[in-house]
Amino acid sequence: MTTGLLLVQILNGLQFGILLFLVAAGLTLVFGVMDFINLAHGVQYMLGAYLAVTFVALTGSFVLGLILALAAALAFGLALEFLVFRHLYERDHLDQVLATFGLILLLNQGVKIIWGAAPLSVPVPEFLSGNVALIDGILYPTYRFALIGAGLAVGLLLWFVVDRTRTGMLLRAGASNAPMVSALGVDIRKLFMIVFAFGTMLAGFAGAMAAPILSVEPGMGDTVLILAFVVIVIGGIGSIRGAFVAALIVGLVDTLGRSFMNDLLRLFMSAPSARATGAALSSMLIYLLMAVVLFLRPEGLLPSRGRT
Amino acid sequence: MTLKFTLSLGAGLLALGLATAQAQEPLKIGVVSVLTGPAAALGQQVRDGFQLAVDQNGGKLGGVPVQITIIDDELKPDVAVGKVRSFVEGGKVDFVVGPVFSNILGAIAKPVLDSGAILISPNAGPSTMAGKACHQNFFVTSYQNDQVHEVLGKYAQDQNYKKAYIIAPNYQAGKDSLAGFKRYFKGEVLDEVYVPLTSLDFSAELAKIASAKPDVVFAFLPGGLGVNFVKQWSQAGLTGKVPFLSAFTVDESTLPAQQDAAVGMFGGMTWAPNMDNPQTKKFVTAYEAAYKIVPGSYAQQAFDAAQLIDSAVKAAGGTGDKDKLRAAIKKADFTSLRGNFKFNTNGYPIQDFYLVKVAKRPDGKFQTEIAQKVFSDYADPHAKDCALK
Repeated sequence: MTTGLLLVQILNGLQFGILLFLVAAGLTLVFGVMDFINLAHGVQYMLGAYLAVTFVALTGSFVLGLILALAAALAFGLALEFLVFRHLYERDHLDQVLATFGLILLLNQGVKIIWGAAPLSVPVPEFLSGNVALIDGILYPTYRFALIGAGLAVGLLLWFVVDRTRTGMLLRAGASNAPMVSALGVDIRKLFMIVFAFGTMLAGFAGAMAAPILSVEPGMGDTVLILAFVVIVIGGIGSIRGAFVAALIVGLVDTLGRSFMNDLLRLFMSAPSARATGAALSSMLIYLLMAVVLFLRPEGLLPSRGRT
Repeated sequence: MTLKFTLSLGAGLLALGLATAQAQEPLKIGVVSVLTGPAAALGQQVRDGFQLAVDQNGGKLGGVPVQITIIDDELKPDVAVGKVRSFVEGGKVDFVVGPVFSNILGAIAKPVLDSGAILISPNAGPSTMAGKACHQNFFVTSYQNDQVHEVLGKYAQDQNYKKAYIIAPNYQAGKDSLAGFKRYFKGEVLDEVYVPLTSLDFSAELAKIASAKPDVVFAFLPGGLGVNFVKQWSQAGLTGKVPFLSAFTVDESTLPAQQDAAVGMFGGMTWAPNMDNPQTKKFVTAYEAAYKIVPGSYAQQAFDAAQLIDSAVKAAGGTGDKDKLRAAIKKADFTSLRGNFKFNTNGYPIQDFYLVKVAKRPDGKFQTEIAQKVFSDYADPHAKDCALK
């Protein structure tokens, strides 16, 4: 193990964390502001990836395809809100979980009917397809840097909107006391609709950005959804800052665990048993982390203000 | 009036019943395959490959019309066993063809074989059923699972590679895979990595590979895992620097997603769509015309399963005499798309294995192509544990 490799793996961890943040941001926004458990967030992520596949192929340009995919994801989010979610706001969490779980089944099967069961992909855009040479001759894909940039941009945008604009102020107010905001003459339903559609678009954006590095296939959102929930539970539900910090921690812990757990265990174990234990332990690490956080700080690392 | 009507209706029904009884009883075949979830791409190839052979025979196998029931095992052993049991108990079933995955085979083998039907696996070839648990009514038209991994181990050894980095998912098949590779590869294994089945991002592993500088990498990363790994491999600039050997990682089911990133990568198989024989040319052309994708080994093995049934039913003159039918199946008297194909005593094939290489065709589609023969007339070693003669 060299310092160079360690630095590269830390970069990998941060990069994976940013990818997780992209997915978790929309989820925590909807969960935090609307107190709505949206299990369908994962399939919305998947749909973003599929839309990117279609539109990038159609237009021949990644940027143009991405914009069209975002617009389509937004439209889809509005339609879903109108057809399904708006009828669930008043219901309890179990109803929301059941209904959105139904959406997972429906959409997973739906994309299979439309796009087929075989995995698809989006080519990396030409201008981002190169590599950057890091220490030790390890090449780092330029697209990964673009991904980090996109994640940071989304984080900044969300922080700005939620903390610095009038809409954001209403959102925060709505999150702590919706009937009061409504009584003050604000159309809370419209506000929720916007938040929800925006959350869907964020999920779609994450899916579209992940499409060039990950396999686009039915069910691709399910694994990501679990990780996203881990992130928002660790970070504190509804907190954008919490999601950001937690995503980076989860990314780092997971990546460094996978990279160095074996070498660490080999110091006091035989190679085969270190391998077996290392593989098992490193895939458990983030869940152990979540358990520890829940034990010490049940409300998460950086709980959003105004919630109890 | 009413009585008369009833009588004539009864007579009519009776006549109808007699007419059906006189017509030839169809072959009852169940095709068990995974058609939901991410693995459905493989299951569809099995279903379609089998159907194509039946269609080309005018809806008959061995001159007898066939009645096919498609059963989706959903890649869940409990679901599979429930559906298959009710199917075989629902009436005289002649053949069950399937499934894709070994864990499903383990679940459905008993109910199918207990019912007296003949079970033909078009893909799964576990070591248990090749050895002690072999059965006179069980046949495999693919290979014994370990053999595919051994092809790459043998090739790596033949190439005299000294240092290998090997990677597989953390479950039983992954461990079997790396063990199969190491059975023939005698060089140093720099690292043996097991990743979770749900892995998305391989940048940590790829950075370790780049820094370990192995002579060769061997990977068993089926389905979406392989798509992620191969795309990220090429993005990390490893293409062309380290030879990439793999099993079930780059094939016709994943190539539409991997595309250029996979070109030049190696796999191991018994067949490839460019195999130089007339039956393969005809099969690939017909399959692409019907289903719009390049067929992989899954479709090919299911097609051969249908041809096997066709030849056996023809030779035995129907399915009435089970001993005669079994003897006819054992002869494997059909023109396999692979060319060289015969059965061992345990119902598994003895055949050639090749190193295959991913290439882009002139029409822009991707396929594996035969690079070189690695094993000739290769039989699995488990046959000696099988009591059948």
